[in-house]
Amino acid sequence: MIKKITCIACPQGCPLTVEIEQGRVSKVGGNKCPKGEEYAKQEIENPQRILTSAILTQGLHLKMAPVRTNKPIPKNKIFAAMSEIKKLRLDRPVRVEEVIIEDFMKLGVDLIATRTVE
Amino acid sequence: MKKMIARDLVIVGGGPAGLAAALTAYEAGVKDILLLERDQYLGGILNQCIHPGFGLQYFKEELTGPQYAERFIEKIMGIKEIEISLKSLVVHLTKKKELTYIKPGTMQTVAAKTLIMGTGCRERTREMIRIPGTRPAGIFPAGLAQKLINIEGLLPGREVVIIGSGDIGLIMARRFTLEGAHVKAVIEIQKESRGLIRNVAQCLDDFNLPLYLQHKILKIHGKDRVEKVTVAEVDDEFQEISGTRFELACDTVLVSVGLIPENELIEMAGVVMDEKTNTPESGELNTTSIPGLWVCGNAYKIYDVVDGVTRDSAQAGKLAAEYLRNLP
Ligand SMILES: Cc1cc2nc3c(=O)[nH]c(=O)nc-3n(C[C@H](O)[C@H](O)[C@H](O)COP(=O)(O)OP(=O)(O)OC[C@H]3O[C@@H](n4cnc5c(N)ncnc54)[C@H](O)[C@@H]3O)c2cc1C
Ligand code: SF4
Repeated sequence: MIKKITCIACPQGCPLTVEIEQGRVSKVGGNKCPKGEEYAKQEIENPQRILTSAILTQGLHLKMAPVRTNKPIPKNKIFAAMSEIKKLRLDRPVRVEEVIIEDFMKLGVDLIATRTVE
Repeated sequence: MKKMIARDLVIVGGGPAGLAAALTAYEAGVKDILLLERDQYLGGILNQCIHPGFGLQYFKEELTGPQYAERFIEKIMGIKEIEISLKSLVVHLTKKKELTYIKPGTMQTVAAKTLIMGTGCRERTREMIRIPGTRPAGIFPAGLAQKLINIEGLLPGREVVIIGSGDIGLIMARRFTLEGAHVKAVIEIQKESRGLIRNVAQCLDDFNLPLYLQHKILKIHGKDRVEKVTVAEVDDEFQEISGTRFELACDTVLVSVGLIPENELIEMAGVVMDEKTNTPESGELNTTSIPGLWVCGNAYKIYDVVDGVTRDSAQAGKLAAEYLRNLP
């Protein structure tokens, strides 16, 4: 099977042609750099995205603290992760890139702050 | 009004452009720098851009907007020669580079030996593209909606139609979807999306959100709040193709039809402007018709990615330093 996808690993957005055999990527074309091939394999075999959002704070100088997963999470876990994030309240100051929740939802990634909130 | 103070270098705007200019000017030897920012924080528009997509060129890693900004803010905070004045809105500028700014409770005037403007851009609003229909509540520039959700923690609507497929519109389609709203359509009059293709992939395709190319909004309906929009397909001359009309029920319309540089101050000072783009007429990067007055970042031209803003605005810092060295 041949599938056409867009590489999202950088703003170039190369159009990739991916040959798939039994669910595995056998050949990738159209990528301008090696990251494209890596992306195609990941995207076909186990698609993942970095999730970013913002959580409500309590008693801090900003109302919302922006957060992200430090590594990508499976695409099909995104909405479940969003509901978890919505339940969170941040009530302690954090530094940028400080871990807010370790091993978030047992996905092997950390939820980290993306801005210093005092 | 107080007596006019003289400063070697004044920078207006604490976004990535102003920050990069301040750092390089300092590194190039300028030791008296005043940076004026109207907001309560440094970082500019990056503070509301909480999505990833920043710094791939400059830092070789994918950061969010606030992370990218903070790397520069941290550096600047450690340099005592750079005076940061927040909540300082510049309201007046003369040809002689005298600036007036309002800070809560005071109005100040400074004379800059050299001046860098990094005032960014603002969104084109609905009025500028003249969509017919009523003027109900629920119509937002996409960047304003971004600020409401990411900074204020408010979700401005639940059933959303987005006009224009620029990057901000695409990013907001995903953001609304993640927040549980229903994005009904992104309507684009051109044949192609105006945003980065990766944003079409990761913001629309990832969530099966429909992009209607070569379509336009004919009318926005609603009394107090937006109730629906009428959409039709258009031909290559942007004219409605008859028989293609349909309606979409929605309570919110986001407009993402482009950005225009914010340059009222330099215009006031008499800088020769290119009226079509609202940017200074300029030979070399960051230069204007007034010697010693530089413009950088989105005020100079609209950049797609922030890494370019940082790189080019650093050049403004160098130019200002050189200008000061050559003053009699
Ligand atoms: C919504 C949006 C999404 C984007 N997404 C991406 C992305 O995914 N990846 C990417 O690389 N780039 C992205 N960009 C582009 C990038 O963020 C901008 O190019 C960059 O932030 C522009 O920097 P700037 O310093 O020129 O302007 P700004 O960040 O707008 O900073 C201008 C500053 O000047 C201040 N100011 C203006 N007028 C005055 C005045 N009169 N007195 C005092 N202060 C004043 C403002 O308050 C502001 O802080 C996005 C841009 C926008 C608008
Ligand atoms: S293949 Fe390489 S150059 Fe092309 S979009 Fe992917 S990362 Fe960028």
